[in-house]
Parts: sequence; C-alpha cells; structure tokens
Amino acid sequence: MSERIAPTRTPEFEARLKKRYASERRFRALGLGAIVFSVAVLVFLLGTMTFNGIGGFQRVEMEVPIDFTEAGIAADPAAMEQPGALASLEAQGLRDVVQYFAEEELGEAAAEELGAQAWRDVATEIIADPAVLQRSESFWLPASANLASGYEGEGSPEMQALAAGLYEEGRLAKNFDPGFLARSDATNPQQVGIWGALKGSLLTMVVTLLLAFPIGVLAALYLEEYAPKNRWTDLIELSINNLAAVPSIIFGLLGLAVFLTLFPNLRSAPLIGGMTLALMTMPVIVIAGRNAIKAVPPSIRDGALAIGASPVQVVFHHVLPLALPGILTGTIIGMARALGETAPLLMIGMRAFVATPPDGFTSPATVLPMQIFLWSDEIDRGFVERTSAAIIVLLLFLLVMNGLAIYLRNKFEKTW
Amino acid sequence: MQEHTVKAFDEDITRLRGLIAEMGGLSEAAIAQSLEALVNGDDELADRVVKADKKIDALESEIDKLAVRIIALRAPMADDLREVIAALKIAGVVERIGDYSKNIAKASKAIGGNRKQFEPLTLLPAMADVAAEMVHDVLTAYAARDAELAREVIATDEKVDAFYNSIFRNLVSHMVENPSTISSAAQMLFVARNLERIGDHATNVAEMVHFAATGTYPLDEDG
Amino acid sequence: MTVVHDNLEKTEAKMRAEAVSVFYGDKKAIDEVSIDIPTEYVTAFIGPSGCGKSTFLRTLNRMNDTIPTARVEGSIQLDGEDIYASGMDVVQLRARVGMVFQKPNPFPKSIYDNIAYGPKIHGLAEGKDELDAIVEKSLRRAGLWEEVKERLQDSGTALSGGQQQRLCIARAIAVDPEVILMDEPCSALDPIATAKIEELIAELNGRYAIVIVTHSMQQAARVSQRTAFFHLGKMVEYGRTSDIFTNPHEQRTQDYITGRYG
Repeated sequence: MSERIAPTRTPEFEARLKKRYASERRFRALGLGAIVFSVAVLVFLLGTMTFNGIGGFQRVEMEVPIDFTEAGIAADPAAMEQPGALASLEAQGLRDVVQYFAEEELGEAAAEELGAQAWRDVATEIIADPAVLQRSESFWLPASANLASGYEGEGSPEMQALAAGLYEEGRLAKNFDPGFLARSDATNPQQVGIWGALKGSLLTMVVTLLLAFPIGVLAALYLEEYAPKNRWTDLIELSINNLAAVPSIIFGLLGLAVFLTLFPNLRSAPLIGGMTLALMTMPVIVIAGRNAIKAVPPSIRDGALAIGASPVQVVFHHVLPLALPGILTGTIIGMARALGETAPLLMIGMRAFVATPPDGFTSPATVLPMQIFLWSDEIDRGFVERTSAAIIVLLLFLLVMNGLAIYLRNKFEKTW
Repeated sequence: MQEHTVKAFDEDITRLRGLIAEMGGLSEAAIAQSLEALVNGDDELADRVVKADKKIDALESEIDKLAVRIIALRAPMADDLREVIAALKIAGVVERIGDYSKNIAKASKAIGGNRKQFEPLTLLPAMADVAAEMVHDVLTAYAARDAELAREVIATDEKVDAFYNSIFRNLVSHMVENPSTISSAAQMLFVARNLERIGDHATNVAEMVHFAATGTYPLDEDG
Repeated sequence: MTVVHDNLEKTEAKMRAEAVSVFYGDKKAIDEVSIDIPTEYVTAFIGPSGCGKSTFLRTLNRMNDTIPTARVEGSIQLDGEDIYASGMDVVQLRARVGMVFQKPNPFPKSIYDNIAYGPKIHGLAEGKDELDAIVEKSLRRAGLWEEVKERLQDSGTALSGGQQQRLCIARAIAVDPEVILMDEPCSALDPIATAKIEELIAELNGRYAIVIVTHSMQQAARVSQRTAFFHLGKMVEYGRTSDIFTNPHEQRTQDYITGRYG
C-alpha cells in the first residue's frame, strides 16, 4: 500500500505556508508603519503648535511701582462695587497717575511705551481690592506693541535698545498672560484676547446642537421605524446622503439667502451662525442615527412588541437607548466639524471685528476658527504667537467637547 | 413503503423481521418433525427436536435484546413502535410454540410400541398440518404487515378446535374399549392438546400482527 | 382538508381559528387552517421546516402585522372576539396573548426592570409595592425566584441561556395573559435547561392556554396533550398527542413522525 501523504505535508505546501506568513508579517509591518506615521504627524502638529503658541499666552510687561499714598486717588469701597467705578477712577485721573509713576521709575522713553490701556489693569486691581490705595504696590503693566516688538528683536533699533536696557534692569519681561483668556479682539496684539471668540463659539455650538440633534435623531427614527419603503423615502434618503457631502460654503450661501433675509438685523449673531451650521450637521447625525438604529437587533423589538408595547414605546424605551451610543458618535463627528467651520460663517458675516464678547444669542459675535483666520491676516508680528495660542485653545475646546460626548456615550453603552 | 431517512433504522427493522422469520421457520420445522417422530416412532428424531428447541430459545433472547435496543436508540413512533412491540410479544409466543413441539417429541418417546394400531394417530398429522400452516401464515402476515391474512388465520383456529374435539372423543372411546392402551392414549391426548394450544397461540400472534399493521385489535372492530 | 380525530373531548375554545390563510404578497404561506385552542391543554404544532407552523403561531397575536407584505384572511377569535377586527386594540391583544421566542431575548435592563416593564406600560400596578409583588409572583411562577432573588438589579443578559428563557417566560406571565405562545422555546438550550422549561410548561398548563411550536417530536410528545401536524402550509392532522404518535390517520403524518420524510 503506497504511503499517502496528506496534502498539507508536502514541501510545496511548506513553501506556500512560508509565503503566507511572510505576507502576514509585511501586512502587519505596513499597518504598524501607518500608525507610526500618523502618530508622528500628530506629534509634529501638536508640537509645532505648542511651541509656537506658548508665547501667545504671554505678553511683554513692564514693572511700574505705584505709591498710592502720594497719588491722591480716593476710592470708597462701597462705590467700587458700583458699575460706575471705572468711570470715577478715570475721572480722578488714574491714567495720569500711572503715567507719572512710570516716568518717575522707568524714564520718559519707557513711560511713552507703556501700553495705552495699561491704566485699566490698575483700575481693575483697585476695584478688586480698594485697600491697595492705602499702600504702595508694584504692577506689571502691558508694554506698547512697538516695545513688545523691540523685545522680540524686531522693529526699530531704538525700541530694541530700550527693551534690552529695561530687560537688563529687570523691569521688562515676558510674563504669563491670563488675561488672554478673558479679553476680546483688539487691534493691539498686547491687548488681544480669545474670550470673545470662545464665547461666540460656545453660543453657536449650543444653537447648533439644540437644532441639529433633536431634528436629526427624530428624522432618523422616522425614516427607519415608520416610513413606508417607497420611491419617496428612497428619494429622501438619497437627498440626505448628498447633503452630508455638500461643501460647507453652500450652507453659508443658504444662510445668507434665507436667514439673513428673514432676520436682516441679526447679521453675525450666534443664532444665525448656529442655524446655518445646524443645517450642515443634521445630515451627519441622520446618517449615523439610521445606522445605529438599524443595528438594534430585531429580537429586542419583537420582545417589546410581544409584551404589548406600542410602536412609540418600542422606539423610545428600547430602540433609542440602544442606538444612543452610535447616535452620539455621529453627533461628535458632526459637532467637531461644525466647530472648525469658517466658510459658511464667512458668508453670513461672522467675520466682523467684534471687540466685546457677545451678550446673548442675538448680539454680534465671532467664532474661534474665524478669529484665527482674522489674526493670521494681521501684519503685526505679535499676532503670530497669538494665532498659535488661539489654535491651541480651539484644540482644547474640541478635546473637552469630544471628551464630554465620549463620556456620555460610554455611560449609555449597553450590551445585549 | 418509503425508507427511513436514517438507513440504520431500516437495517435494524429488517434484522428484527429476519430473526422473527428464522424463529418462525424453526418452530414450523419443529412441529413437522415432532409429528414425524410421533407417527414413525423415531426416538432419535424426537431427541433432535428436543435439542433444537434451545436454538429457538436463543433466538427469543436475541430478539428481546434487539427490540429493546431499537426502542432506546431509535425512539420509534407510530407503526414502527407497534411493529417493535409486536415483535417482542411474538417472539415470546413463538418460543412457547417451540416448547409445545418439544413436548410433543417427548410424548412421542413415552408412547409404547404398536402405535400404528392407533386409529386416532392418523388424524393428528392432519391437525398438525393446519396448525403449522397457521403459524406459517401468521408469520408471513407479520412480515408483510397484512392485516387481512391475520384475520384469516384467526378464523382458521375453529378448524383446529374442531380437530381437537373429534380426536378427543375418538381417544376417549378408544381408551374405554382398550384399557391397556390408556397410558399411550393419554400421551396422544397431550399431543392433541399441545397442537390445539399451538393454534391458540398462532391466533394471539395474528391479533398482534393486526395491531401492528392497523393500530387496532380485530376484537375491537368486530365488536 | 384537515383530518381531525373524532375521539376528542369537547372543550371550550379560548382561541378559535376559522379558515385562516396567510399571504406574503402573492405567495400563500398558510392555507385555510381551522383549529380550536383550549385552555386546559397544551397544544403542539409540529411539522417540517417551512411548513408554516411559526407563521400560523404569529397570526394568533398579530405579530405578522410587523411584516408589511403579510395579509391574513379568515377569522381568529379570542373569547369570541375577532382579533383582526378594526376595533381590536393590538397592544391590548398582545398583553392577553403573550409570546416567548426561540432565542431568549431579555431586554438589556435589570432582571427587575425586565419583568416590571410590561405591568408598567399597561398600568397594572399602583405603586412600587404592587410592582414588587408582581415581579416576585412572576419569577416564582417561572421557577426563577430562588435563583435571582438576591440579584434583581443585575442585568438580564448576564443570566445563562436557560435562565434567560425562564426570564422571558416570567416577563410574559407578568402581564397576566390568557394565552402563551411559544415558538421553539428550547431549541437554543441544553437538555437540562430544556427539561426545566418543559416542567415549567407542565406547571403552567391549565392556568394559561399554551401553544408550543417545536421541531422535536419527542418534546411535543412530552409536553402537549393535543398535537397538530402542519405540512406545506396546511394543517394535515389534529388529535390527541398520544394518538398522533402511536396511530396517526394520515400517511404524511406517519411518514414525518417515523422519520421517513425527506
């Protein structure tokens, strides 16, 4: 009887097996390489941003000691809590007081380069702590934009020399600037802040979420659970899929044509911006929602129906909770995209220079990406670092938003 | 009849039927041989019949085992179930039929010489033929699941009973006339009795065959 | 034409189907089936795959409504009321006619919430105490109480297969139905779990009218007192379970149960 070798024991098979393992290893190497490359790009991006942006959280300040006992400024603690406190301090000549002491301590040349709005910082301190008027205090006040440039090694030689001199004396330094997160847009890079745009983004995102999420989820529910399968629903499905791929600037045109015609006096308001972005985000939520709802196993529906639940109860008690993680994922993706959109908001006019943070949904505002875009256009060198800092703020905002959504998604994640 | 999807089930049923047929054939042969021994006074043949009964007993035991195995492993239903239960009971009855033939052989040896003188002796082979035919027919009916044939067998029992009654009267009058032959005559009575019992048992088998084939007993239908 | 054995005791029909046909589009899946479902007996539907027994079972609680192309003709009555009449509330019907499915499908909620869901949505309990009582009663009736009473807040899906199926039965019982339909309830379970469910069916027998669809003839023989054999959408034979399995009248029935089919 001839010996029968199993087909898997021949040398040809061994050779093929080796090739299969080799291609396996290659594939894994490729995958690993792709991951490494992506991580490297990400690290490079973040690294560059951080490196460039760290300076944006700082500003050039000079130290001005002020002895209030000689100043002659009177401030009644009770009066300091009124809204008119700043005006009263200004009326008492606080600006001149600050200027005087700057001249005394730093010299005329330096005092000229004191930031024009520097006295406001002193005023803020006084309002916060009226007792300071009883003593002497040293303030780090913002320098002018020219001196700041000089400090960085740019601008006129005189400025550079002045800056170097003051730096030697320890009177000029680049300090951490927490005010960056509290102030709004300005023409002077030393005075500029991100809070205006941040609040604008917050308000816009709230409007977008409140509009896009319920409409998107309800639309997805209706299309999956109730709509009859006919030509009309096919058409609707096709339209929604296409909407998700439409370039965002088109939504801006839509917003311009429709919303601004209806509410012409609400140009650059977060309400209009939010509505425009909601139009853009809704199709993404509908698509993700439909997929999540489709993924709920029919056995759950059958079980609920068989116990006597009405179709609405089946949807809201059983299908929706199980589909929620998927819906939230789609929402995260949609909202992240909306946060970073500039083009549609350009069209509806949220590119104006807005010096104060918005009061509500109907006051003029701008958003973070728009602010970044506007600052990047500025010539002043001081704006470069601020732009990078703003990008970091935007990334952090995105991180917080995504983190919240992922937390919510994990909370609702149920296995079946 | 359509085959079972699981072929082994068919093989088991076929084997069961084969064993019954074999047992039936042996018991038919035993009836014939025991009568032959009786008529010819062949003691050697009688001994062989007695020994051959062991084989019938062994077959009954084998059929029992096979039937129990089929019930455990195949979970037979409906007609299959009835057939297997019937096979169990039939094996027991045919084993008893074999025992009767053994008794006839033993009786044959106990009869003294001059058996040819006995007039009733001529009737016994005829009676035995009818009984043997009943056994043969009823086992054919079992193999073929033929309820009609089973009924005919039941009807034939009358003949056997009639034979018995006539032989009985004959032998009794013979014993009265020839008291010296009483012991031999008594043996012949036993033989006739055994043949009559064989007929009754064949009738029992016929009833079981009817049940296996149709699910009802002939008594139920006749009312 | 269905062969109905004539030696059946007269019983009151909890549900009655008369000349019921089911169409999926143009395809006829069930052809003029008539049957009475009594409360006293467990009724089993047997038949080869695709013979329509599950489809027919689903007409009894209108679960076929969820399939858009399905159409039901003929009449099905629960206590004399036509369940396909326009005035019949499907939600209420399904609370009276419960269903247990082939693959156990507990809700992804706690054991307590699984049982409590039905009574909650139908408003059968006033207050937590009553709800607790219903949950305990249902779990006891389903033979699951002792095993889960310490962990009612655990997820229903964390139980073993057999326990999950008993949970589904308890869930069906919680709304106090009159009929329980079971679609191959044991086919996903091991023999011990199966035996427990069969014992449970025996205990529930008499209180609820039970209809069980099963692939296993041995199971039909063990749990039911009446059996209907379905073949190609028709009900071929209906009679006492013991008669169907020892002496069926129809050749098709006999071929199926002796394993000569196919």
